[in-house]
Amino acid sequence: MRLNVPISVGGWGRFFSRWDVVAVLLILGLLMFVAGASRHMLQPLSELQGQPVSLDPANLPEYAARTTLRMLLAMALSLIFTFTYATLAARNKYAERLLVPLLDILQSVPILGFISITIVFFMALAPGRVLGAEFAAIFAIFTSQAWNMAFSFYQSLRTVPTELVEASRNFRLSPWMSFWRLDVPFATPQLIWNMMMSMSGSWFFVVASEAISVGNTTITLPGVGSYIALAIEQRDLTAVGYAILTMAIVILIYDQVLFRPLVAWADRFRFEQEPGLLPPRSWMLDVLRRSRLVDRLTRPFAVVWRHLLLARWPERAEPAKREPRTPRHGWITFQWVAILAAFTALALWQVGRFVTDDITLSDLGTALLLGLATLSRIVVLIAIASVIWVPIGVWVGTRAQVANLVQPVAQFLAAFPANLLFPIAVSAIVALRLDPNIWLSPLMILGTQWYILFNVVAGASAIPAELRAAATNFRVRGWLWWRRIALPAVLPYYVTGAITASGGSWNASIVAEVASWGNEHLQAFGLGAYIAQETAAGDFHHIVLGIAVMSFFVVVINRVFWRPLYLYAERKFRLG
Amino acid sequence: MSTMLLDIHALRQTFPRADGGEFLVLDGIDLELAQGQIVGLLGRTGSGKSTLLRSIAGLMPPSSGTITYLGQPVLAPAPGIAMVFQGFALFPWLTVLENVQLGLEALGLPDAEIRKRALAAIDLIGLDGYESAYPRELSGGMRQRVGFARALVVHPNILLMDEPFSALDVLTAETLRTDFLELWGDGKLPIKGVVLVTHNIEEAVLMCDRILLFSANPGRIIREIAVELKQPRNRLDPQFRDLVEKIYVAMTARTQAPTRTGPVATSIDTILPRVSANLLSGLLEALAAAPYNGKADLPVIADELHLEVDDLFPVSDGLQMLHLVEVEGGDIKLTDIGKQFVDADTDERKKIFQRQLLAHVPLAAHIRRILQERANHVAPRSRFFDELEDHMSTADAEETLRSVTAWARYAEAFAYDDDSQTFSLENPT
Repeated sequence: MRLNVPISVGGWGRFFSRWDVVAVLLILGLLMFVAGASRHMLQPLSELQGQPVSLDPANLPEYAARTTLRMLLAMALSLIFTFTYATLAARNKYAERLLVPLLDILQSVPILGFISITIVFFMALAPGRVLGAEFAAIFAIFTSQAWNMAFSFYQSLRTVPTELVEASRNFRLSPWMSFWRLDVPFATPQLIWNMMMSMSGSWFFVVASEAISVGNTTITLPGVGSYIALAIEQRDLTAVGYAILTMAIVILIYDQVLFRPLVAWADRFRFEQEPGLLPPRSWMLDVLRRSRLVDRLTRPFAVVWRHLLLARWPERAEPAKREPRTPRHGWITFQWVAILAAFTALALWQVGRFVTDDITLSDLGTALLLGLATLSRIVVLIAIASVIWVPIGVWVGTRAQVANLVQPVAQFLAAFPANLLFPIAVSAIVALRLDPNIWLSPLMILGTQWYILFNVVAGASAIPAELRAAATNFRVRGWLWWRRIALPAVLPYYVTGAITASGGSWNASIVAEVASWGNEHLQAFGLGAYIAQETAAGDFHHIVLGIAVMSFFVVVINRVFWRPLYLYAERKFRLG
Repeated sequence: MSTMLLDIHALRQTFPRADGGEFLVLDGIDLELAQGQIVGLLGRTGSGKSTLLRSIAGLMPPSSGTITYLGQPVLAPAPGIAMVFQGFALFPWLTVLENVQLGLEALGLPDAEIRKRALAAIDLIGLDGYESAYPRELSGGMRQRVGFARALVVHPNILLMDEPFSALDVLTAETLRTDFLELWGDGKLPIKGVVLVTHNIEEAVLMCDRILLFSANPGRIIREIAVELKQPRNRLDPQFRDLVEKIYVAMTARTQAPTRTGPVATSIDTILPRVSANLLSGLLEALAAAPYNGKADLPVIADELHLEVDDLFPVSDGLQMLHLVEVEGGDIKLTDIGKQFVDADTDERKKIFQRQLLAHVPLAAHIRRILQERANHVAPRSRFFDELEDHMSTADAEETLRSVTAWARYAEAFAYDDDSQTFSLENPT
C-alpha cells in the first residue's frame, strides 16, 4: 500500500509559500463573505423547524436510511468535485499553483464550525423549505469528504507512469479516453481507500449536522443524528443505545455491501503487486460476479458505458509538451494573474473590513489562548494514544493472523461516529462530578485514535520477513528490537496515522469540549468550546474568528511539525 | 518528393535547464528510413537515442529541424507510427485482448473489426490462448509479445522499438528477436520500416540493415555502418565478429570533437558515470588476471563478464578518467598506476584511488578544496548541486554528485552525511 498522507508533502523547501498566503486569503474572504451574508438572513428564518423527530425505535430504520442517503449524495458530489478539481490541478500548471495550496488549507478548516455558517446560507437560498436544510447538511458532509479524495486523485494523476502516458499518446487515445482508460484506473485503488476514509470521517459530521442550533434557529432533519440529539435532551439512555446499535448495523452493511466489494474489485487496478499479500476478497462481489441475473441487468449499462468511453470528440490539436513562448501564451498568463489578483484583493478587502468591524485585538488574543489550551489537550491525547496503540499495533502487525482479525475491527471503529458515545461519557461525568476540563478531553480522540492503530498495524505487517528473520538471527530482542527495528519501520506509517488523528481531533473538539445531558451543560476551556458557544449565540464574526484561528493552528502544526517529520521518516525509514 | 518513409533533417532537441538556459540533448541529426529497412540507433547512456525515438513518435516536438513522415511534418503522435516500449507499458487492468484492442478503439473502428484484427495480431505473435489473461499473470517475454501485438495491430508503417529486449533474460530475448526477424523476413508483418534503439552491439548487428552510432552529451551521429550480411545472421560468423569489433573500435575511439565527448574529466561540470568503486576494482582485477594479463579486447572481455555496452562503458569510462586504464581501438589496457592498484592491499588501494581521484576528477578536487577552505570543513550539498545544475540536467547533476560521493567515500577523500545533506572532511572514527 502506498502511504496516503492527508497533507501536502510536496518537498522540503520553505514552510509556507506565497501561494499559501493567497489560498488563505481567498478562503478567509469567502468564509467572511458567507458569514456576513448569513447574518442578515438569519432573522426571518427563525421560525423554521424541520419535521418533529420521535424517539420511537420503530422510526430508526427510516432515520438511518435518510442519514445514509445524505452520505451517498455527498459522496457523489465529492466524486464529481474530485474528477474536475484534481484533474484541473494536475493538468494545468497555472491552476495547479493555486489549487493545491487551496486544497491543503481547506483540509484544515474545521468543518463543524463551518456547518453553522453554511446551513443558514443554504436555507436562505431556499427559504422556509426543508430542502435548503437538507442541502446544507449534504454540503457539510461534502466538505468533510471531498478534500482528501481530490488530493489523492491529484497525487495519483501526477504519478501515472511515463511509459503508459507515452503509450496512450502513441496509440492516439483521445484525452477523454485516456482519462477513463489510464488516469482513473491508475488512481482508483488510492481513491477508493480515500473514499472509505472520507466515509468514516463523515459519519461523525452527518450526525452533528442533522440537529443544529444557530442563534434562535433550530434545524432538525430526520435522521440518526437528530434522534440522538433528542435522546440527549430527554436524558433517554435506552434511546441512545438504540441509536448506537442502528449505526453499528448501518456501518456494517455499508462495509460489506459497498466498500469490501469495491476494494476487492479495485485490486485489479493496483499497479505494483506486492508479493505475499492475499488479494482482498468480498462475498458480495463474488455473488455479483457469478450471478447471471446481475450480468443481464447490468449489460445495457455496460454497453452505454462502452459507447461513452469510445465517444469521439471533435479532434483537437494535441497539446504540445513544450509551450512555445508566444504572445498568446503571455496573454493567458496576464489574464490569469489579473483575475487572481482581483479575487485576492476582494478577499483582502473582505478580511480587512471584517477585522476593523468588530473584532478587537483582545478577541484575537482570547481565541489564540483558547487555541493553545486545545492544542495542549491534543498533544497530550496524541501522546497517550501513541503510547497505547503503537506497541499494540506492532504486536498485532507482526502476527499476520491477528492482523487479519484486528484490521477490519480498527477500520470499523474509525468509521463509527464517536459522538454517538458522548452521551454515555457525559452522563458518567455528570454523575461522578468530574472536572470537564480533563474528562471531556478523551472524547476528542475517541474516534480518531484508530487511525494510529491501523496505520501502525499496516506498517508492522510491511516489515519484510527477511528483516525479522535477521533480527532473530542476531538475537536482537527487547528494547533494542523496538528501538532499532520496530519503531523505525513503522514511523512513516505512524506519522501518517497521527496526522489524520490530530486533524480529526481539532475538528472533534468543537463537539467534544462542550457537552450536555438534559439540562446539565459541561464546558471545557478551549477553542472548540468557543466556536460551539458562538454558534449557539449566532455570532458569525466570532465563529469565523474561531474557525480562522483553528485553521491557523492546524496549518502551522502540519507545516512546521508533521510535514518535516513525515519527510524525514519517509526518507530515512522507508523500507524497500 | 522523396520516397522515404521518414526523413529527419538537422534535428535539434534541447531541455530547459534550472538556470533558465537550455541543455542540448540532440544536435544536427539527419536520418532517412527507406521502405523495408531496419535502422538501429546505438550509443551509450546520455546519447539521446531514446529522445530521438520519442521525437519520431511525436511525443516531443523538435526544438529545431524537421521530422517528415510520408511528406508530413511530425509534431504530434502520427497515425502509422507505433511504438514498443522497454518496460512493455501494458495497462495492468486490461486483459491481453483489451490491451491489444486499445489502439484500434482509439481509431474508432467498428467492434467486429476491432475484434477480428486483434485476434489476428494475437495469433500472429503467438499469444493464442492468453487472450483473457492479465499482464501480471504473464512472464516478461509474453508481456513483450503483447507489446508487439498491440503495436502491430494498428498496421503501422513504422515500428519504433525502444530497447524492447533489454528487460528480458538472455534466452527469452533471443527467442523473441528470432521470431520477430522471421516474421519480418517472411513479409508477414504489416510494417514497412523499423527504428530500433539499443545498447547491445550484437543485437544491432543481428537485426539491423543500418546502424547509426551516437556520441554522448550532446547526442550526435558519429558514424553510419551498413550491415550487408544475409539474414538469418550467425553470431559466430567471422564477418559478424569483425563488424562487432569495428563498432567497439568506433565507440571507444578518442573523439576529436572539442569538448565533453571523451571520457576525460576536463572540468567540474563533466558528467560522471554512475559506477561503484567495487565495479571499478572488479574490472581492473579481471583485466590483470589471466588470460588478459593487463590487456584485453573489449568485446571479448565484455562477453566473458556478461556485460552489455551500457554496463561496460561506464566502468571503462570511469577507469579511463582516473587514468587507471587506457582504451583505444577496441582494446582496454592497464596503466602502470592501474597495475600498482591491483597489486596493492586495501589501504594502499584507497591511497592510490584518492590520489587519482583528486588529480583527475576536478569535481572531487573542487569539493575537497572548498571543504578545506571552510573553517568548520563542512559544506551543504545544495551548494555543489546548484553549481552542477547550471551546466547539466537535474538528473545528471543528481547522478554526478552521487558518483563523486561514492568514489570519495571509497577513497576517504571526504565524507557525506545524508541526514544533514552536508559534505565534510571528517570521517567517523
